[in-house]
Amino acid sequence: MIALRDVTKTFGARVAVDHVSLALEPGTTRILLGSSGSGKSTILRLVLGLLAPDTGEVLVDDVVVSRGTRRDALRRMGYVVQEGALYPHMTAAENATLAARAEGWARARMAARLAGLAELVGLERSLLDHYPAELSGGQRQRTGLIRALMLDPPVLLLDEPLGALDPISRAELQTELLRVFHELRKSVLLVTHDVREAFVFGTTITLLNEGRVVQEGTFADLARRPADPYVAQFLRAQAPPAAMTAAL
Amino acid sequence: MASWHHRLGAMLAVAAATLAGTADGGATPVRVGSKSFTESYLIAEIVARIAEQVGEAPVERRFGLGGTGMVYGAVASGEIDLYPEYTGTISRAILHDSSVTTVPALRARIRPRGLIISDPLGFANTYALAVRRDTAARLGLRRISDLDRHPGLTAAFDPGFVDRDDGWPGLQHHYGLRLAAVRGMEHALTYPALISGRVDVIDVFSTDGQLARTDLVVMLSDDQRFFPDYAAVLLARESLAARLPRTWAALQQRLGGRIDNATMARLNAEVELDRRTFAQAAAAFLGERGAADAGPARRRLGRDLATLTVEHLVLVAASLAVAIAVGLPLGLLAARHRFLGQLELMGIGVLQTVPALALLAFMIPLFGIGRVPALVALCLYALLPIVRNTYAGVSSLDRQLLDMAAVMGLNGRQRLAWIELPLAAVTIMAGIKTAAVLTVGTATLAAFIGGGGYGTLIVTGLALNDVPTILAGAIPAALMALAIHVAFEALDRLVVPRPLRGSPGRAR
Repeated sequence: MIALRDVTKTFGARVAVDHVSLALEPGTTRILLGSSGSGKSTILRLVLGLLAPDTGEVLVDDVVVSRGTRRDALRRMGYVVQEGALYPHMTAAENATLAARAEGWARARMAARLAGLAELVGLERSLLDHYPAELSGGQRQRTGLIRALMLDPPVLLLDEPLGALDPISRAELQTELLRVFHELRKSVLLVTHDVREAFVFGTTITLLNEGRVVQEGTFADLARRPADPYVAQFLRAQAPPAAMTAAL
Repeated sequence: MASWHHRLGAMLAVAAATLAGTADGGATPVRVGSKSFTESYLIAEIVARIAEQVGEAPVERRFGLGGTGMVYGAVASGEIDLYPEYTGTISRAILHDSSVTTVPALRARIRPRGLIISDPLGFANTYALAVRRDTAARLGLRRISDLDRHPGLTAAFDPGFVDRDDGWPGLQHHYGLRLAAVRGMEHALTYPALISGRVDVIDVFSTDGQLARTDLVVMLSDDQRFFPDYAAVLLARESLAARLPRTWAALQQRLGGRIDNATMARLNAEVELDRRTFAQAAAAFLGERGAADAGPARRRLGRDLATLTVEHLVLVAASLAVAIAVGLPLGLLAARHRFLGQLELMGIGVLQTVPALALLAFMIPLFGIGRVPALVALCLYALLPIVRNTYAGVSSLDRQLLDMAAVMGLNGRQRLAWIELPLAAVTIMAGIKTAAVLTVGTATLAAFIGGGGYGTLIVTGLALNDVPTILAGAIPAALMALAIHVAFEALDRLVVPRPLRGSPGRAR
């Protein structure tokens, strides 16, 4: 589905992505886990063709992503980012249907699709006429998700989709995202720094540090057989204190 | 009722003529120019009236074209046919050779440029020194050289005269003069200062209207011939004499040697001190019957104002429209190409530092005089705020929002129309508003190259040192700036998306 082959990307003297190879199989979810600056967001931008790799190649459905193929590759992917990146001058509905408008969809088709997706992600229909500034963080994120799903791409790329939410909306949306991924059988590449989130979403986790893949595997693999002292250190840093787990 | 219809008709006619340019049909007119000071307006008006009496061709008045650079540029490029000039100015400012002084010598030198010079009109507008009549009698002053016997005298000179080589420094050296105190003073104030006895000597122009009006002041003769001769002549295109021989002959015959210094000073006084119009003074000089009452009423401001408002609005609207049409793409280009953009912004910035009058002067060889060069210059001035704000608005947009547009497959046109322009609308509109208000002000300078508008009153008022006339142009211009500001605030509501209003730069 999506593959990186020995990709390196530098910004000036800083190596953001350092000889990374990874693959995303159809219908699976892969988590890119790491602290800020580990290169995980850059990997998403490379996959989207927003950045070009210095060396190595990015493939979408076995086609190398380049200037010429980027447009086709993009049609196969939906992109959700922290805080939604919604356009402030457009209503939620206008934001969500933008890609469909660019494709020249008929009004009725867009309306029907929008209604179905709003139901799917749990966004009240009346909120679709609101501007982003009038929505809560969770509502904005749901709008962003509708927008990513509008053209029904097989792949979803999510960059810290829950990062800016309060704990309760976060837990709610987390559940809904899992349901959506499962129901729609999407291939998902999700970026997070949160170990708990990685545990909840991911079958396969890729732990990154300073642009390099440190370890790849299930949560159990990482926890029981850390490939590097960094792995244990990273997981332990976010583990809840034993007394707290016991008290809950 | 009738007068209302008449006025409306006149307004429409002006609007139509303004839009259609200078189409006049029929014969090619005699285009008479003038500089923007009283004497030049007066002689030009007299010339225009004589040409009208001959009736060989219609007459077009292109008065108040600023200084020598502007009006000479106009005659050299064929935008006007003739204007009043002075021999000293022709040799120094036009030929740049002060050794050429006589009319035959000037004619020989200017002929290769396709220009001819009339016989001198009779008067000379040269620098002179003047003292009070009683001072002259008491100290026996008749000539400038008499001053060297009285080093205790004080003087007030026009600031230009204090600095110029052909003013006080040269004069002092030439005559070996010493005075107790010399200070700079605005020319209009030197006469009162002299008459009230605060100073003993002032510089005057030999045809100053005040000289005709007061018996208290006498000029000292330039006995050692220091001051260059500024004899008045008509500077004309050679083609005028060939094309309209009767008109040229009549001008030569009726003006050659006919206006002496005293007459010119009296005509200047009638306009500047008695507040008569140029037309009235000129008609009276030509002995036209009923000139005083049948002539146009004194500076008919009411009628003028409607005309000038239309002209001014056309100048502002047309130049702003073009500036927006050119400025928006330039601003976008600057935002897309960093290097090209910096070059472009620097270029437009440099353009802004060119003084408006100089820019207008540069326009003459390229576009002649009238509305076209004024419009071009106004466009160039309006460009900077529009280009700069478009550039700033578009290049400061949130990168994530732009990436999202690429991810959603928007093409260049969609990205521009749906995302970039709406998000940058507040900033772009701010630039357009700035340009609009600036243009209303700058458009008053258009009058210096015959572009019309409120500036016509300001230029005339400045020439006559007549504050009410200046205000009659300046106040409507200020009101128009206010009106345009209000109109654009309303336009904001149409152009700027609701959630973005009142919060420039908010991108999320």
